[in-house]
Amino acid sequence: MKVKAKVKNDKVKVKLLVKHPMDTGLQKDKKSGDLIPAKYIHELSCTHDGKTVFLATFGRAVSKNPYLAFSFSGGKKGDTLSLKWVDSMGDTEEFEAVIK
Amino acid sequence: MLENRRKILKRFVGLTAIMGAVLVMPKLAFAKWSKAFDAETTDEAMTGLFDNTETTPSDKIFLKVPEIAENGAVVPVNVKTDIENVKSISIVAFKNPQPLACSFTIPEGTDSDVSIRIRLFETMDVQAIVETHDGKLFSVQKEVKVTIGGCGG
Repeated sequence: MKVKAKVKNDKVKVKLLVKHPMDTGLQKDKKSGDLIPAKYIHELSCTHDGKTVFLATFGRAVSKNPYLAFSFSGGKKGDTLSLKWVDSMGDTEEFEAVIK
Repeated sequence: MLENRRKILKRFVGLTAIMGAVLVMPKLAFAKWSKAFDAETTDEAMTGLFDNTETTPSDKIFLKVPEIAENGAVVPVNVKTDIENVKSISIVAFKNPQPLACSFTIPEGTDSDVSIRIRLFETMDVQAIVETHDGKLFSVQKEVKVTIGGCGG
């Protein structure tokens, strides 16, 4: 996961990129011809100072390696953001980013 | 001996009940989410996500999508709104196999302005739905032309 969080005009602008295949379950494996089972992120949350500042739920229509951008107020330079995603197969990743 | 067997049986039944509860609980929470996102019609997706399906067209929502998307696998979408008391923002792509693409919860203090990249199956209307805290739904939609093969023109 790549995260950029920057303070601009009293607001924290967060841009993030998650490395994830986001398989829809409709594609076929080019070699074997078998369907690739669905594996996609269904929830991504961002917490700042114990408060959830952003919560996204995804379906299969979200592109491979999802990109997200949002902004919130109340963050300061040097604060940490904790991010976490869970996918449909139960895999998760947690990430901490420092606001610049 | 008989007493003992009863005890063991009882304990076994109790354990199974607890295990069952543990297994079923997350599935219940999961059910509503997956119902909306697995729905194959827009109406089903809407009832899964919100309490009603009626949306009011609004000019206070700004949906930014490309007019022509050369690659349907990566279509950048930006939703911004001036509506106050926003609870959530959702994106629906009508002709996708599962129309509901994504949904964002907007807590207080977070801007109603999100960007994401989604997949589009073919040329279709993309709709942004804004839900307010008093349960009202506002929407706006725009058409995105998808060029098959990715070689525009």
